[in-house]
Amino acid sequence: MDAVTSASPRIILICSGKGGVGKTTLTANLGIALARLGERTVVLDADFGLRNLDLLLGLENRIVYTAQEVLAETCRLEQALVKHKQEPNLALLPAGNPRMLEWLTPEDMQRIVAMVAERADYVLIDCPAGIEDGFKNAAAAAREAIVITTPEVSAVRDADRVIGLLNTRGVAPVQLVLNRVRPKMMASQEMLGVDDVTDILALPLVGLVVEDEQVIVSTNRGEPLTLNGNGSPAAKAYQNIARRLRGEDVPLEDPSKARRGLRARLMNKIRKTTGLF
Amino acid sequence: MTLFDFLQRLLGRQKPSGTMAKERLQLVLAHDRSDLNPELLEQMRREILEVVQRYVEIDLEEGDVSLETEDRVTALVANLPIKRARPLPALVAAAAAVGMAQAPDAEPAPQELAVPLASEPAEEPSPADPD
Ligand SMILES: Nc1ncnc2c1ncn2[C@@H]1O[C@H](COP(=O)(O)OP(=O)(O)OP(=O)(O)O)[C@@H](O)[C@H]1O
Ligand SMILES: [Mg+2]
Repeated sequence: MDAVTSASPRIILICSGKGGVGKTTLTANLGIALARLGERTVVLDADFGLRNLDLLLGLENRIVYTAQEVLAETCRLEQALVKHKQEPNLALLPAGNPRMLEWLTPEDMQRIVAMVAERADYVLIDCPAGIEDGFKNAAAAAREAIVITTPEVSAVRDADRVIGLLNTRGVAPVQLVLNRVRPKMMASQEMLGVDDVTDILALPLVGLVVEDEQVIVSTNRGEPLTLNGNGSPAAKAYQNIARRLRGEDVPLEDPSKARRGLRARLMNKIRKTTGLF
Repeated sequence: MTLFDFLQRLLGRQKPSGTMAKERLQLVLAHDRSDLNPELLEQMRREILEVVQRYVEIDLEEGDVSLETEDRVTALVANLPIKRARPLPALVAAAAAVGMAQAPDAEPAPQELAVPLASEPAEEPSPADPD
């Protein structure tokens, strides 16, 4: 076991209420980004009924044990933690096996997170969708949370429910990530704006991720965008979230308000009118 | 945005959908957060009007009781334009009806009452463990 143990590791729940808004993608990319910044990071897949954090990280073939075996003492924690090959600061721990849907309780979660926390700076918990038992189990050990939503009415409404639950549980701070932002639609007010969402949910914004095809490409490959210094907008957004979590002051720019530089606009105009390059 | 939508907006006939989304969300969240469904709210509205009417004559057409929400604090806002206060005998009767010993002053009531609902803490609980 590592000699260095951190005094108070950050234990962060990544949740949304609504399904499919980008929790697992955020967990994978944030995990890699934090690890690259030198933080010992464990990502815990609490969505074990429909687990896919392993797929996004490209670790699906390396899972032998889960938290369940660790708690049953049929294996050691080190055996169950799947280290990422290219980024050894990152390890994945699946909470359980899809065939064993019933085992996990809030107490189990607290025990396993306490064990993991002894050897990590960051523990990211990928929460299942919904606000029922899966959420309650996943939230049981969380100290702070990131709520991720998209600028759509149903996602924001569900996020609001989750925020209410986190507040009553005393989880704090709770920060917001706005995902799948389409700057053009926002600029023409055909989408909820960044300010609209932060006003409504009254949470501090820790990140803005634009809609980005590269997210799909990277998922296909099992290589998170943050792994290879990919310069895509989403990659940068995930890296910035990691830096902000560590307390760095990284300015947040609303992409629907960002005006492109004069030169870029001029070049674009020339390109359009001449069709040259 | 289609050309049709664009023209509609130009003519001021239609709001942009993002604005509509915000307005609809604010309304639905006010209800979600207070756990009051529209039916219960309507019942409460009727009862509030009934009580207020015993004391003052109000404009029922203009009267409005609704939930508003800002910064995760939801308030019950009643906006009841008062036509005139009821004559004293009526007030005494009203007070007796609600079991009050004395007639209240016949001063006009404040027109807007904002009652914060205690469904959610206005302030965040202190963090479990600051780093
Ligand atoms: N910024 C983005 N740009 C484009 N596609 C995205 C973006 N974020 C997420 N997606 C896509 O959205 C889908 C859902 O993402 P993801 O699996 O991370 O969501 P989830 O919240 O974990 O879902 P579930 O609730 O099912 O666990 C995926 O196909 C993913 O590739
Ligand atoms: Mg997921």
